[in-house]
Amino acid sequence: MSVFAIVTNAAAAAEEAQAHAAEASSAGLPQLDPAWWPSQLFWLAITFGILYWLMTTRFLPAIAGAIEERRDRIADDLDQAGDFKRQAEDAESAYNQSLADAKAKAQAIAADTRTEMDNEIAALQAETDAELAKQVAAAETRIGEMKAAAATKVGEAAAQTARAVVETLIDEAPTEEAASRAVADAAARPEG
Amino acid sequence: MYGFRAEGPMEQFEIIPIFSLPTGSNLLAFTNSALWMVIGTSAIIVFFFAATRRAALIPGRLQSMAEVFYEFVSDLVRDTIGPEGRKFFPYVFTLFIWILVSNLFGLFPSLPGVPHGLHTFTPTSHLIVTLALAMLTISIVIIYGFWKNGLGFLKLFWPPGLPWPMYILIPAIEVISFLSRPLSLAIRLFANMFAGHVILKLFAGFVVSLLSAGGAVMLFGIAPFFGAIAVTALEFLVAVLQAYVFAVLTCIYLNDAVHAADH
Repeated sequence: MSVFAIVTNAAAAAEEAQAHAAEASSAGLPQLDPAWWPSQLFWLAITFGILYWLMTTRFLPAIAGAIEERRDRIADDLDQAGDFKRQAEDAESAYNQSLADAKAKAQAIAADTRTEMDNEIAALQAETDAELAKQVAAAETRIGEMKAAAATKVGEAAAQTARAVVETLIDEAPTEEAASRAVADAAARPEG
Repeated sequence: MYGFRAEGPMEQFEIIPIFSLPTGSNLLAFTNSALWMVIGTSAIIVFFFAATRRAALIPGRLQSMAEVFYEFVSDLVRDTIGPEGRKFFPYVFTLFIWILVSNLFGLFPSLPGVPHGLHTFTPTSHLIVTLALAMLTISIVIIYGFWKNGLGFLKLFWPPGLPWPMYILIPAIEVISFLSRPLSLAIRLFANMFAGHVILKLFAGFVVSLLSAGGAVMLFGIAPFFGAIAVTALEFLVAVLQAYVFAVLTCIYLNDAVHAADH
Protein backbone atom coordinates (compact mmCIF):
# COMPACT_ATOMS: atom_id res chain seq x y z
CA MET A 1 0.00 0.00 0.00
CA SER A 2 2.72 2.41 1.01
CA VAL A 3 4.83 1.37 -1.98
CA PHE A 4 1.93 2.19 -4.23
CA ALA A 5 1.57 5.59 -2.55
CA ILE A 6 5.26 6.32 -3.06
CA VAL A 7 5.08 5.31 -6.71
CA THR A 8 1.97 7.41 -7.32
CA ASN A 9 3.50 10.42 -5.53
CA ALA A 10 6.68 10.05 -7.53
CA ALA A 11 4.65 9.69 -10.69
CA ALA A 12 2.62 12.77 -9.88
CA ALA A 13 5.75 14.78 -9.17
CA ALA A 14 7.41 13.56 -12.33
CA GLU A 15 4.28 14.34 -14.26
CA GLU A 16 4.39 17.92 -13.09
CA ALA A 17 8.05 18.25 -14.01
CA GLN A 18 7.40 16.71 -17.40
CA ALA A 19 4.45 19.01 -18.01
CA HIS A 20 6.72 22.02 -17.55
CA ALA A 21 9.33 20.47 -19.78
CA ALA A 22 6.73 19.75 -22.42
CA GLU A 23 5.55 23.33 -22.35
CA ALA A 24 9.13 24.47 -22.75
CA SER A 25 9.76 22.22 -25.75
CA SER A 26 7.63 22.23 -28.85
CA ALA A 27 4.09 20.89 -28.41
CA GLY A 28 4.13 18.28 -31.20
CA LEU A 29 3.38 14.60 -31.27
CA PRO A 30 4.82 12.91 -28.18
CA GLN A 31 6.11 10.18 -30.53
CA LEU A 32 8.42 12.62 -32.29
CA ASP A 33 10.15 13.91 -29.16
CA PRO A 34 13.64 12.38 -29.33
CA ALA A 35 14.22 13.09 -25.64
CA TRP A 36 12.47 9.86 -24.63
CA TRP A 37 13.79 7.62 -27.40
CA PRO A 38 16.81 6.27 -25.48
CA SER A 39 14.66 5.37 -22.51
CA GLN A 40 12.10 3.54 -24.68
CA LEU A 41 14.81 1.68 -26.59
CA PHE A 42 16.54 0.77 -23.33
CA TRP A 43 13.44 -0.67 -21.67
CA LEU A 44 12.34 -2.33 -24.91
CA ALA A 45 15.72 -4.05 -25.12
CA ILE A 46 15.51 -5.20 -21.50
CA THR A 47 11.95 -6.52 -21.59
CA PHE A 48 12.19 -8.03 -25.07
CA GLY A 49 15.61 -9.49 -24.29
CA ILE A 50 14.47 -11.11 -21.04
CA LEU A 51 11.36 -12.47 -22.73
CA TYR A 52 13.39 -13.86 -25.66
CA TRP A 53 15.86 -15.45 -23.25
CA LEU A 54 13.11 -17.08 -21.18
CA MET A 55 11.29 -18.24 -24.32
CA THR A 56 14.37 -19.93 -25.80
CA THR A 57 15.65 -21.46 -22.57
CA ARG A 58 12.48 -22.35 -20.73
CA PHE A 59 9.03 -21.92 -22.14
CA LEU A 60 9.31 -23.01 -25.76
CA PRO A 61 11.36 -26.16 -25.00
CA ALA A 62 8.84 -27.06 -22.28
CA ILE A 63 5.88 -26.67 -24.63
CA ALA A 64 7.70 -28.44 -27.46
CA GLY A 65 8.59 -31.25 -25.06
CA ALA A 66 4.99 -31.65 -23.93
CA ILE A 67 3.70 -31.69 -27.52
CA GLU A 68 6.43 -34.10 -28.59
CA GLU A 69 5.78 -36.38 -25.64
CA ARG A 70 2.08 -36.43 -26.41
CA ARG A 71 2.75 -37.21 -30.08
CA ASP A 72 5.10 -40.04 -29.09
CA ARG A 73 2.63 -41.36 -26.57
CA ILE A 74 -0.18 -41.39 -29.10
CA ALA A 75 2.06 -43.14 -31.63
CA ASP A 76 3.08 -45.66 -28.95
CA ASP A 77 -0.52 -46.26 -27.99
CA LEU A 78 -1.46 -46.81 -31.62
CA ASP A 79 1.45 -49.23 -31.99
CA GLN A 80 0.37 -51.05 -28.86
CA ALA A 81 -3.21 -51.22 -30.08
CA GLY A 82 -1.89 -52.67 -33.34
CA ASP A 83 0.10 -55.25 -31.36
CA PHE A 84 -2.95 -56.18 -29.33
CA LYS A 85 -4.99 -56.51 -32.47
CA ARG A 86 -2.37 -58.76 -34.02
CA GLN A 87 -2.24 -60.83 -30.85
CA ALA A 88 -6.01 -61.14 -30.87
CA GLU A 89 -5.91 -62.23 -34.49
CA ASP A 90 -3.17 -64.75 -33.68
CA ALA A 91 -5.22 -66.07 -30.78
CA GLU A 92 -8.27 -66.35 -32.98
CA SER A 93 -6.41 -68.26 -35.69
CA ALA A 94 -4.83 -70.48 -33.02
CA TYR A 95 -8.28 -71.13 -31.62
CA ASN A 96 -9.65 -71.93 -35.07
CA GLN A 97 -6.67 -74.20 -35.68
CA SER A 98 -7.12 -76.11 -32.44
CA LEU A 99 -10.84 -76.33 -33.08
CA ALA A 100 -10.19 -77.83 -36.50
CA ASP A 101 -7.59 -80.18 -34.97
CA ALA A 102 -10.03 -81.28 -32.30
CA LYS A 103 -12.72 -81.89 -34.91
CA ALA A 104 -10.33 -83.91 -37.05
CA LYS A 105 -9.20 -85.86 -34.00
CA ALA A 106 -12.77 -86.54 -32.96
CA GLN A 107 -13.59 -87.76 -36.44
CA ALA A 108 -10.49 -89.96 -36.45
CA ILE A 109 -11.45 -91.43 -33.08
CA ALA A 110 -14.99 -92.02 -34.30
CA ALA A 111 -13.72 -93.71 -37.45
CA ASP A 112 -11.25 -95.82 -35.45
CA THR A 113 -13.92 -96.85 -33.01
CA ARG A 114 -16.24 -97.76 -35.84
CA THR A 115 -13.68 -99.95 -37.60
CA GLU A 116 -12.67 -101.53 -34.29
CA MET A 117 -16.28 -102.31 -33.50
CA ASP A 118 -16.81 -103.62 -37.01
CA ASN A 119 -13.79 -105.87 -36.61
CA GLU A 120 -14.96 -107.05 -33.21
CA ILE A 121 -18.43 -107.73 -34.57
CA ALA A 122 -16.95 -109.56 -37.55
CA ALA A 123 -14.70 -111.64 -35.23
CA LEU A 124 -17.65 -112.47 -32.99
CA GLN A 125 -19.74 -113.40 -36.00
CA ALA A 126 -16.96 -115.59 -37.41
CA GLU A 127 -16.59 -117.31 -34.03
CA THR A 128 -20.29 -117.85 -33.79
CA ASP A 129 -20.43 -119.11 -37.38
CA ALA A 130 -17.58 -121.52 -36.68
CA GLU A 131 -19.31 -122.80 -33.53
CA LEU A 132 -22.56 -123.18 -35.37
CA ALA A 133 -20.86 -124.92 -38.27
CA LYS A 134 -19.19 -127.29 -35.78
CA GLN A 135 -22.54 -128.03 -34.14
CA VAL A 136 -24.17 -128.52 -37.52
CA ALA A 137 -21.38 -130.89 -38.52
CA ALA A 138 -21.74 -132.82 -35.25
CA ALA A 139 -25.47 -132.99 -35.76
CA GLU A 140 -25.02 -134.23 -39.32
CA THR A 141 -22.54 -136.87 -38.18
CA ARG A 142 -25.02 -138.02 -35.56
CA ILE A 143 -27.80 -138.03 -38.15
CA GLY A 144 -25.60 -140.08 -40.47
CA GLU A 145 -24.83 -142.51 -37.71
CA MET A 146 -28.47 -142.73 -36.83
CA LYS A 147 -29.28 -143.25 -40.52
CA ALA A 148 -26.70 -146.05 -40.82
CA ALA A 149 -27.96 -147.64 -37.63
CA ALA A 150 -31.49 -147.37 -38.93
CA ALA A 151 -30.48 -148.91 -42.27
CA THR A 152 -28.72 -151.75 -40.46
CA LYS A 153 -31.77 -152.29 -38.30
CA VAL A 154 -34.00 -152.23 -41.39
CA GLY A 155 -31.67 -154.78 -43.08
CA GLU A 156 -31.78 -157.00 -40.01
CA ALA A 157 -35.50 -156.67 -39.84
CA ALA A 158 -35.79 -157.42 -43.57
CA ALA A 159 -33.50 -160.45 -43.18
CA GLN A 160 -35.55 -161.74 -40.24
CA THR A 161 -38.73 -161.03 -42.11
CA ALA A 162 -37.32 -162.79 -45.17
CA ARG A 163 -36.31 -165.84 -43.01
CA ALA A 164 -39.73 -165.88 -41.42
CA VAL A 165 -41.40 -165.69 -44.84
CA VAL A 166 -39.14 -168.41 -46.27
CA GLU A 167 -39.68 -170.56 -43.17
CA THR A 168 -43.37 -170.21 -43.51
CA LEU A 169 -43.26 -170.97 -47.24
CA ILE A 170 -40.83 -173.81 -47.42
CA ASP A 171 -40.54 -174.69 -43.82
CA GLU A 172 -36.89 -174.41 -44.03
CA ALA A 173 -35.13 -171.50 -42.57
CA PRO A 174 -32.14 -170.13 -44.44
CA THR A 175 -29.15 -169.18 -42.49
CA GLU A 176 -28.92 -165.74 -41.16
CA GLU A 177 -25.91 -164.91 -43.40
CA ALA A 178 -27.76 -166.00 -46.57
CA ALA A 179 -30.79 -163.93 -45.71
CA SER A 180 -28.66 -160.85 -44.97
CA ARG A 181 -26.75 -161.29 -48.22
CA ALA A 182 -29.97 -161.59 -50.20
CA VAL A 183 -31.40 -158.45 -48.59
CA ALA A 184 -28.18 -156.54 -49.24
CA ASP A 185 -28.19 -157.69 -52.90
CA ALA A 186 -31.80 -156.62 -53.28
CA ALA A 187 -31.02 -153.20 -51.76
CA ALA A 188 -27.97 -152.77 -54.04
CA ARG A 189 -29.96 -153.69 -57.13
CA PRO A 190 -31.07 -150.62 -59.00
CA GLU A 191 -34.79 -149.92 -58.95
CA GLY A 192 -36.92 -151.24 -61.64
CA MET B 1 -14.40 15.18 -10.50
CA TYR B 2 -12.09 13.03 -12.59
CA GLY B 3 -14.98 11.62 -14.57
CA PHE B 4 -15.89 14.89 -16.20
CA ARG B 5 -12.46 16.04 -17.31
CA ALA B 6 -11.78 15.11 -20.90
CA GLU B 7 -8.17 14.89 -21.97
CA GLY B 8 -7.02 15.76 -25.45
CA PRO B 9 -6.54 12.84 -27.82
CA MET B 10 -2.74 13.20 -27.78
CA GLU B 11 -2.18 13.22 -24.03
CA GLN B 12 -2.47 9.44 -23.89
CA PHE B 13 0.77 9.15 -25.86
CA GLU B 14 2.83 11.38 -23.58
CA ILE B 15 5.87 9.83 -22.02
CA ILE B 16 5.89 10.42 -18.29
CA PRO B 17 8.92 9.46 -16.21
CA ILE B 18 8.07 7.52 -13.07
CA PHE B 19 11.56 7.33 -11.61
CA SER B 20 15.10 7.87 -12.78
CA LEU B 21 17.78 5.25 -12.73
CA PRO B 22 20.45 5.74 -10.04
CA THR B 23 22.68 7.30 -12.69
CA GLY B 24 20.77 10.50 -11.95
CA SER B 25 20.22 11.24 -15.59
CA ASN B 26 16.70 11.10 -16.99
CA LEU B 27 18.03 9.59 -20.21
CA LEU B 28 17.08 6.01 -19.40
CA ALA B 29 14.35 6.88 -16.89
CA PHE B 30 11.66 4.35 -16.06
CA THR B 31 8.61 5.87 -17.76
CA ASN B 32 4.99 4.93 -18.25
CA SER B 33 6.06 3.31 -21.52
CA ALA B 34 8.64 1.21 -19.67
CA LEU B 35 6.04 0.42 -17.01
CA TRP B 36 3.65 -1.04 -19.58
CA MET B 37 6.45 -2.93 -21.31
CA VAL B 38 7.29 -4.44 -17.92
CA ILE B 39 3.64 -5.16 -17.11
CA GLY B 40 3.07 -6.81 -20.47
CA THR B 41 6.29 -8.80 -20.39
CA SER B 42 5.68 -9.86 -16.78
CA ALA B 43 2.18 -11.00 -17.68
CA ILE B 44 3.58 -13.08 -20.55
CA ILE B 45 6.23 -14.58 -18.27
CA VAL B 46 3.73 -15.38 -15.51
CA PHE B 47 1.36 -16.92 -18.05
CA PHE B 48 3.98 -19.11 -19.65
CA PHE B 49 5.50 -20.00 -16.30
CA ALA B 50 2.09 -21.17 -15.07
CA ALA B 51 1.37 -22.90 -18.37
CA THR B 52 4.62 -24.87 -18.46
CA ARG B 53 5.13 -25.45 -14.75
CA ARG B 54 3.75 -28.95 -14.98
CA ALA B 55 3.92 -29.87 -18.63
CA ALA B 56 1.28 -32.57 -18.61
CA LEU B 57 0.40 -35.19 -21.17
CA ILE B 58 -3.21 -34.07 -20.96
CA PRO B 59 -2.89 -30.29 -20.95
CA GLY B 60 -4.80 -28.05 -18.58
CA ARG B 61 -6.41 -24.82 -19.71
CA LEU B 62 -3.29 -22.67 -19.53
CA GLN B 63 -1.12 -25.29 -21.19
CA SER B 64 -3.70 -25.71 -23.97
CA MET B 65 -3.63 -21.97 -24.60
CA ALA B 66 0.16 -21.88 -24.63
CA GLU B 67 0.18 -24.82 -27.04
CA VAL B 68 -2.33 -23.07 -29.30
CA PHE B 69 -0.01 -20.04 -29.48
CA TYR B 70 2.95 -22.32 -30.05
CA GLU B 71 1.33 -24.33 -32.83
CA PHE B 72 -0.04 -21.18 -34.45
CA VAL B 73 3.33 -19.44 -34.72
CA SER B 74 5.12 -22.71 -35.44
CA ASP B 75 2.82 -23.40 -38.39
CA LEU B 76 3.25 -19.83 -39.60
CA VAL B 77 7.05 -20.11 -39.54
CA ARG B 78 7.06 -23.55 -41.17
CA ASP B 79 4.60 -22.57 -43.89
CA THR B 80 6.41 -19.34 -44.74
CA ILE B 81 10.09 -20.22 -44.36
CA GLY B 82 10.12 -24.01 -44.41
CA PRO B 83 12.13 -26.32 -42.19
CA GLU B 84 15.13 -23.96 -42.14
CA GLY B 85 12.92 -21.40 -40.39
CA ARG B 86 13.03 -23.45 -37.19
CA LYS B 87 15.92 -21.40 -35.80
CA PHE B 88 13.92 -18.19 -36.17
CA PHE B 89 10.87 -19.60 -34.42
CA PRO B 90 11.74 -18.32 -30.91
CA TYR B 91 12.34 -14.84 -32.30
CA VAL B 92 9.08 -14.74 -34.26
CA PHE B 93 7.21 -16.21 -31.29
CA THR B 94 8.62 -13.64 -28.85
CA LEU B 95 7.92 -10.86 -31.31
CA PHE B 96 4.33 -11.95 -31.89
CA ILE B 97 3.49 -12.43 -28.23
CA TRP B 98 5.21 -9.23 -27.13
CA ILE B 99 3.45 -7.06 -29.74
CA LEU B 100 0.13 -8.82 -29.15
CA VAL B 101 0.22 -8.24 -25.39
CA SER B 102 1.47 -4.68 -25.78
CA ASN B 103 -1.36 -3.90 -28.22
CA LEU B 104 -4.05 -5.59 -26.12
CA PHE B 105 -2.99 -4.25 -22.72
CA GLY B 106 -3.11 -0.72 -24.12
CA LEU B 107 -6.83 -1.19 -24.68
CA PHE B 108 -7.58 -1.64 -21.01
CA PRO B 109 -9.27 1.39 -19.51
CA SER B 110 -7.26 3.27 -16.92
CA LEU B 111 -8.36 3.04 -13.32
CA PRO B 112 -10.26 6.22 -12.54
CA GLY B 113 -8.31 8.67 -10.38
CA VAL B 114 -4.78 7.32 -10.86
CA PRO B 115 -2.11 9.85 -11.84
CA HIS B 116 -1.38 10.33 -15.51
CA GLY B 117 1.87 8.38 -15.28
CA LEU B 118 -0.04 5.21 -14.41
CA HIS B 119 -2.69 5.44 -17.13
CA THR B 120 -2.77 2.56 -19.54
CA PHE B 121 -0.24 3.03 -22.27
CA THR B 122 0.48 1.22 -25.51
CA PRO B 123 4.25 0.92 -26.07
CA THR B 124 3.63 -0.03 -29.71
CA SER B 125 1.88 3.29 -30.32
CA HIS B 126 5.33 4.89 -30.35
CA LEU B 127 7.18 4.86 -33.64
CA ILE B 128 10.58 4.42 -32.01
CA VAL B 129 9.50 1.12 -30.46
CA THR B 130 8.00 -0.35 -33.62
CA LEU B 131 10.95 0.97 -35.63
CA ALA B 132 13.36 -0.73 -33.25
CA LEU B 133 11.53 -4.04 -33.68
CA ALA B 134 11.42 -3.60 -37.46
CA MET B 135 15.14 -2.76 -37.58
CA LEU B 136 15.86 -5.81 -35.46
CA THR B 137 14.04 -7.98 -37.99
CA ILE B 138 15.74 -6.38 -40.97
CA SER B 139 19.14 -6.61 -39.26
CA ILE B 140 18.62 -10.31 -38.74
CA VAL B 141 17.57 -10.63 -42.40
CA ILE B 142 20.67 -8.81 -43.67
CA ILE B 143 23.19 -10.44 -41.33
CA TYR B 144 21.80 -13.94 -41.72
CA GLY B 145 21.28 -13.39 -45.45
CA PHE B 146 24.96 -12.55 -46.06
CA TRP B 147 26.18 -15.17 -43.59
CA LYS B 148 24.12 -17.92 -45.23
CA ASN B 149 24.31 -16.94 -48.91
CA GLY B 150 27.44 -14.78 -49.07
CA LEU B 151 27.19 -12.39 -51.97
CA GLY B 152 24.44 -14.64 -53.36
CA PHE B 153 22.17 -12.67 -51.05
CA LEU B 154 22.41 -9.85 -53.58
CA LYS B 155 20.50 -12.03 -56.07
CA LEU B 156 17.51 -10.79 -54.09
CA PHE B 157 17.84 -7.56 -56.11
CA TRP B 158 18.41 -9.39 -59.39
CA PRO B 159 15.30 -11.45 -60.13
CA PRO B 160 16.05 -14.06 -62.81
CA GLY B 161 14.33 -14.54 -66.14
CA LEU B 162 13.59 -10.95 -67.11
CA PRO B 163 14.26 -9.51 -70.60
CA TRP B 164 17.56 -7.62 -70.36
CA PRO B 165 16.26 -4.03 -70.67
CA MET B 166 14.35 -4.59 -67.46
CA TYR B 167 17.61 -4.95 -65.55
CA ILE B 168 18.21 -1.23 -65.95
CA LEU B 169 15.26 -0.49 -63.72
CA ILE B 170 14.40 -3.58 -61.67
CA PRO B 171 17.43 -3.76 -59.34
CA ALA B 172 16.96 -0.14 -58.32
CA ILE B 173 13.29 -0.77 -57.58
CA GLU B 174 14.17 -3.92 -55.65
CA VAL B 175 16.74 -2.05 -53.55
CA ILE B 176 14.27 0.72 -52.76
CA SER B 177 11.57 -1.78 -51.88
CA PHE B 178 14.01 -3.63 -49.62
CA LEU B 179 15.06 -0.45 -47.86
CA SER B 180 11.48 0.63 -47.34
CA ARG B 181 10.61 -2.65 -45.63
CA PRO B 182 11.63 -1.66 -42.10
CA LEU B 183 9.83 1.66 -42.46
CA SER B 184 6.61 0.12 -43.74
CA LEU B 185 6.82 -2.58 -41.09
CA ALA B 186 7.33 -0.02 -38.31
CA ILE B 187 4.85 2.56 -39.55
CA ARG B 188 2.09 0.00 -40.19
CA LEU B 189 2.02 -1.12 -36.58
CA PHE B 190 2.62 2.29 -35.10
CA ALA B 191 0.01 4.05 -37.26
CA ASN B 192 -2.63 1.42 -36.58
CA MET B 193 -2.14 1.68 -32.83
CA PHE B 194 -1.83 5.44 -32.89
CA ALA B 195 -4.87 6.10 -35.08
CA GLY B 196 -7.02 3.60 -33.23
CA HIS B 197 -6.29 5.15 -29.87
CA VAL B 198 -6.83 8.68 -31.21
CA ILE B 199 -10.25 7.77 -32.61
CA LEU B 200 -11.15 5.95 -29.43
CA LYS B 201 -10.15 8.94 -27.34
CA LEU B 202 -12.01 11.35 -29.64
CA PHE B 203 -15.25 9.42 -29.32
CA ALA B 204 -14.80 9.08 -25.56
CA GLY B 205 -13.96 12.78 -25.37
CA PHE B 206 -17.20 13.67 -27.16
CA VAL B 207 -19.16 11.59 -24.66
CA VAL B 208 -17.52 13.32 -21.70
CA SER B 209 -17.90 16.82 -23.20
CA LEU B 210 -21.55 16.33 -24.07
CA LEU B 211 -22.33 14.80 -20.67
CA SER B 212 -20.62 17.65 -18.85
CA ALA B 213 -22.65 20.15 -20.89
CA GLY B 214 -25.74 18.92 -19.03
CA GLY B 215 -29.40 19.33 -19.95
CA ALA B 216 -30.83 17.97 -23.18
CA VAL B 217 -27.43 18.12 -24.86
CA MET B 218 -26.52 15.04 -22.82
CA LEU B 219 -28.73 12.97 -25.12
CA PHE B 220 -26.35 13.64 -27.99
CA GLY B 221 -23.72 11.79 -26.02
CA ILE B 222 -25.43 8.49 -26.81
CA ALA B 223 -24.20 8.27 -30.42
CA PRO B 224 -20.48 8.72 -29.69
CA PHE B 225 -20.87 6.39 -26.70
CA PHE B 226 -21.91 3.53 -28.99
CA GLY B 227 -19.29 4.71 -31.46
CA ALA B 228 -16.65 4.30 -28.76
CA ILE B 229 -17.91 0.80 -27.99
CA ALA B 230 -17.76 -0.16 -31.68
CA VAL B 231 -14.28 1.30 -32.08
CA THR B 232 -13.12 -0.57 -28.98
CA ALA B 233 -14.28 -3.84 -30.50
CA LEU B 234 -12.59 -2.92 -33.77
CA GLU B 235 -9.39 -2.03 -31.93
CA PHE B 236 -9.23 -5.48 -30.33
CA LEU B 237 -9.40 -6.94 -33.82
CA VAL B 238 -6.73 -4.51 -35.07
CA ALA B 239 -4.50 -5.25 -32.07
CA VAL B 240 -4.50 -8.98 -32.81
CA LEU B 241 -4.33 -8.51 -36.57
CA GLN B 242 -1.38 -6.15 -36.48
CA ALA B 243 0.61 -8.44 -34.22
CA TYR B 244 -0.11 -11.22 -36.70
CA VAL B 245 0.79 -9.05 -39.69
CA PHE B 246 4.08 -8.07 -38.08
CA ALA B 247 4.91 -11.73 -37.46
CA VAL B 248 3.89 -12.75 -41.00
CA LEU B 249 5.96 -10.02 -42.65
CA THR B 250 8.92 -10.87 -40.41
CA CYS B 251 8.62 -14.48 -41.62
CA ILE B 252 8.40 -13.39 -45.27
CA TYR B 253 11.51 -11.21 -44.95
CA LEU B 254 13.38 -13.98 -43.12
CA ASN B 255 12.39 -16.30 -45.94
CA ASP B 256 14.23 -13.99 -48.33
CA ALA B 257 17.31 -14.23 -46.16
CA VAL B 258 17.13 -18.03 -46.07
CA HIS B 259 16.37 -18.61 -49.75
CA ALA B 260 17.94 -15.59 -51.47
CA ALA B 261 20.48 -17.61 -53.46
CA ASP B 262 18.09 -20.42 -54.33
CA HIS B 263 16.89 -18.96 -57.60
